[in-house]
Amino acid sequence: MVDVTARTIETAVPPAEVPDVELYHPKSWLTTWVFSQDAKIIAIQYSMTALTIGLVALVASWLIRLQLAFPNTFSFMDAATYYQAVTVHGMIMVIYLLTAVFLGGFGNYLIPLMIGARDMVFPYVNMLSYWIYLAAVLVLVASFFAPGGPTGAGWTLYPPQAILEGTPGYSAGIILMLASLILFIIGFTMGGLNYVVTVLQGRTRGMTLMRMPLTVWGIFTATVIALLAFPALFVGAVMMLLDRALGTSFFMPAIIQAGEHLKYNGGSPILFQHLFWFFGHPEVYIVALPAFGMVSDLISTHARKNIFGYRMMVWAIISIAVLSFVVWAHHMYVSGMYPAFGFFFATTTLIIAVPTALKVYNWVLTLWRGDIHLTVPMLFAIAFIVTFVNGGLTGLFLGNVVVDVPLSDTMFVVAHFHMVMGVAPILVVFGAIYHWYPKITGRMLNEVMGQVHFWITFLGAYAIFFPMHYLGLLGVPRRYFEIGQTSFVPPSAETLNIFITVVALVVGIAQLVFVFNLFWSLKKGRESGPNPWRATSLEWQTPETPPGHGNWGKELPVVYRWAYDYSVPGAEQDFIPQNEPPSALNGARAAGH
Amino acid sequence: MAVAVVLVLVALGSVVFHMLSPWWWTPIASNWGFIDNTILITFWITGAVFVAVVLFTAYCIYTFRHREGLRADYEPENQKLETWLGLGTALGVAAMLTPGLVVWYQFVTVPEGAAEIEVVGQQWSWAYRFPGPDGKLGTTDVRYIGPDNPLGLNPSDPNGSDDVIVDGGDLHLPRGGPIKVLLRSTDVLHDFYVPEFRAKMDMIPGTVTYFWLTPTRDGTFDILCAEYCGVGHANMRGTVVVEDAAKQKAWLSQQKSFAELSARGRTAAR
Amino acid sequence: MLAFLAVLATIAAWWLSQQGLAAKPWLEEGVPVGPRAPRRISTEPAKLGLGLFLAVAGALFVLLISGYFMRKGLPDWRPLPMPPLLFVTTGVLAASSLLLRLARRSAERGAREETQLALTAGAATAIVFVAGQMAAWRQMLEGGFGIAGNPSNTFFYLLTGVHALHVLGGLAALAWTFAKMRESDDLASTRSPIGLCALYWDFLLVVWLVLLAILTGFADGLGEICGRLLS
Ligand code: HEM
Ligand SMILES: [Cu+2]
Ligand SMILES: [Cu+2]
Repeated sequence: MVDVTARTIETAVPPAEVPDVELYHPKSWLTTWVFSQDAKIIAIQYSMTALTIGLVALVASWLIRLQLAFPNTFSFMDAATYYQAVTVHGMIMVIYLLTAVFLGGFGNYLIPLMIGARDMVFPYVNMLSYWIYLAAVLVLVASFFAPGGPTGAGWTLYPPQAILEGTPGYSAGIILMLASLILFIIGFTMGGLNYVVTVLQGRTRGMTLMRMPLTVWGIFTATVIALLAFPALFVGAVMMLLDRALGTSFFMPAIIQAGEHLKYNGGSPILFQHLFWFFGHPEVYIVALPAFGMVSDLISTHARKNIFGYRMMVWAIISIAVLSFVVWAHHMYVSGMYPAFGFFFATTTLIIAVPTALKVYNWVLTLWRGDIHLTVPMLFAIAFIVTFVNGGLTGLFLGNVVVDVPLSDTMFVVAHFHMVMGVAPILVVFGAIYHWYPKITGRMLNEVMGQVHFWITFLGAYAIFFPMHYLGLLGVPRRYFEIGQTSFVPPSAETLNIFITVVALVVGIAQLVFVFNLFWSLKKGRESGPNPWRATSLEWQTPETPPGHGNWGKELPVVYRWAYDYSVPGAEQDFIPQNEPPSALNGARAAGH
Repeated sequence: MAVAVVLVLVALGSVVFHMLSPWWWTPIASNWGFIDNTILITFWITGAVFVAVVLFTAYCIYTFRHREGLRADYEPENQKLETWLGLGTALGVAAMLTPGLVVWYQFVTVPEGAAEIEVVGQQWSWAYRFPGPDGKLGTTDVRYIGPDNPLGLNPSDPNGSDDVIVDGGDLHLPRGGPIKVLLRSTDVLHDFYVPEFRAKMDMIPGTVTYFWLTPTRDGTFDILCAEYCGVGHANMRGTVVVEDAAKQKAWLSQQKSFAELSARGRTAAR
Repeated sequence: MLAFLAVLATIAAWWLSQQGLAAKPWLEEGVPVGPRAPRRISTEPAKLGLGLFLAVAGALFVLLISGYFMRKGLPDWRPLPMPPLLFVTTGVLAASSLLLRLARRSAERGAREETQLALTAGAATAIVFVAGQMAAWRQMLEGGFGIAGNPSNTFFYLLTGVHALHVLGGLAALAWTFAKMRESDDLASTRSPIGLCALYWDFLLVVWLVLLAILTGFADGLGEICGRLLS
């Protein structure tokens, strides 16, 4: 592995290729804090909005779980309410929480700081992006109060059911839901263009692509796929809106309902499924890739060791992104689509497992011979590995077309996707918040509360979703208001359901500890200093903490090395910041290694 | 420290849970044992990987936990190791994919001479149709659906008049022979799902989908709907009885044909 | 859609290949310079941003078109006669696009009056185009081709409507550019937005020509081939 093609070590600083971004300077309180164009403020606005609406989804999950464990107990719960709770829960968690928090939240905060930019390249568009997102959230919330309530069509919104009587919220809820999605996509596109152009154009001197922290790689790639995938949902939503509002027949075949012939004719429900999953599968990676990136940085920093196989990690991110566009129909194995498609999509789906597995190996190999500090962010990162591996492996069941046949649409699927795209990314969100909170506020989050939060969340989530797979194996279908009397579900399953629900409630309550910690530490947390984790990447090297307007003071930083110079042999400290000029000793390492 | 112990417990606990779990698939009642076997192969391979990765992680955490003076290794990459790991993974994946595709091929290839039956889903009940003595199902269209033609048979199609229609009763299937199940819906998506059969497929209004199976075990099983279809989704139940061919024939002969049903409808109207 | 993505992927791959993805970053210190240093995209951010936006909008139209062909394959499709007015509006849009190019050229030369004139004329023709599309809608409605009548009608309204919305968005940007130009004496500062508008107008024209070819059935053969490849 000794490859001495090292380029000439150049200490003279070349001129910037791109002029310093023109900053918009806020003039009043309102433009500083509310209509701010500073990516850091926008990031906080995005995150707080997402976490707030996320709490609604959390409460919805309690309602769902209470019903599943104690059917016929709660008077406020009927089938319609149940399906509305399931839909609202799923939709918020995937789109309005995870997508928004990873890209709008962490993307906005970390991209400029990590690549050494002063801000996003189009700050004004960035601000608009947030406000449109907020509007999308408000429209969604409005649907809760619309006559008939929010839609209960399931987060997949499959027509014809989604826009017909017989599904709760078919009158107003579904219209507001579609409108909200359309707004979300417009807002996201504005933000997304920003993130991509900023990564392409805003990097400071010396920050080559291959020196970017994997966090930036993850968010960048996820944004690119999102930009290309969301139009499919957009088209689907617009067409469905027309079907619902104007009676067109994109997705609506001839239908007879309650003895009455409807006006629709000739449309194709499968067309919607293709559009939906052409967006929906990449969506999984829109959530996963930023999580991959961030967890890589958490592991590397807290194990004081470079990420193992950086190049492989980058290649894997790129190939996963590309492959994610050719696997969508694995969600449709039993949809009645042309059966031969199954061969193709099963193969592509299982191929994706290889780069994904390589990433897992590299995380674990980063721990090998590391110097592992079991801080709270590190604990979350480790928990991510466990849950992600678990969820990824059950994905091999569902991706392998024929195995999917008995398992699809059962609780096995619910358990699988929660493990892999619910629990695992959320654990990264938590870990990342514990990790970057000191940079954002200048104070550490409370460690004791963090530990409590971690243990309950990790073990609780595992205890909720691991046993749930077995209900699916048994044959319990998903989206069932109650399983009721059957010949194949033993009474012991009821006990299991009660157990899962109790744990879910406990895990839910534990999140309040976290929320409390967020506010408590703002005032009472230990002062962190600029770089409490002794990390190398640029965001920790800002002149001020929290970073001021424009991030870098007078001079932009210059980058001399990759983001993972931890425990470099011979170096004085166990980390060398990216903007530290090469010393004679380090130079010797580079040339002679 | 504690994490390492907990990870070991998680890995071993999961295995123990798997082995002791009273929740497992229902005893199979069709020829799709192949599917169960593929699942078992997948369980073995993925289980081994899961335990290995988690235990290795636990080992690393324990051995390389921070102590005074410890310093991490500097190891940017090891292409050889990564290549081997990649190849190993590819091999494991292939070991699961190959049987999967082979069985999928069987699943989508309906054997010659399979008996055809039709299942029709509507919000929120099931109806069934068997070909009459002519062995052929008549054509259908949603347009024809009316009070005495709930399944929308084409009244002018001679193949349809002797079709046997079961609307509201149980479904009886003969044991032993391959059956092609044609699936239709008159309103929204549904999915014909009998856990003991393993097979399932969505029903899509406007088109006819299908799957095939050979019932292999006598018994009475639940039919569930497995594709969300509105508030009544969970109540959309039915019952299928698998019995030997003679018994099933006797049952079938007591059911009404389309011609009989529409004649009765006409008398009632008069 | 997949073909469209493949094109984008090729561009991305070409660019990535320039970025030294195989580099071993831990071996290198200092600031890379010289011919082997990864090259940056040398366009200004706004242009790059617009380019990306066009890729996204392009994806949107390609998806709509894929939907069109899939839906067209179903039996209840009845072809739609196209109002001849559409050919007139096509000419108008082409003129508009040309005028904007003219504006760009004048702005580069620094001819202020000319630029303003060309911009105004370009905007006016674009407005005429949208109005013409509306008139075509009216003709269709009066001819009894309601939006829910047949999927071919629906697609006609949907495709032209989405395209017209893009034109309106372009007009808003143009108005903003115009205002900015009025404000400042320095023509140079608006040169780049004018260039961007001209680029966007080219995009609008190309998309419209493609849509027209599809709506008039000119591109049917192509659609069939694609359809066969897919199923
Ligand atoms: C404490 C945490 C959570 C619990 C207890 C929980 C529980 C549930 C339950 C019981 C269901 C419905 C099962 C059914 O009847 O089909 C469900 C559905 C769903 N959940 Fe969660 N969940 C949690 C967190 C999350 C997270 C973090 C995500 C983010 C990806 C998520 C995404 C979804 C989705 C997409 C659905 C499907 C909705 C649908 O069927 O339309 N959940 N969840
Ligand atoms: Cu997927
Ligand atoms: Cu159903």
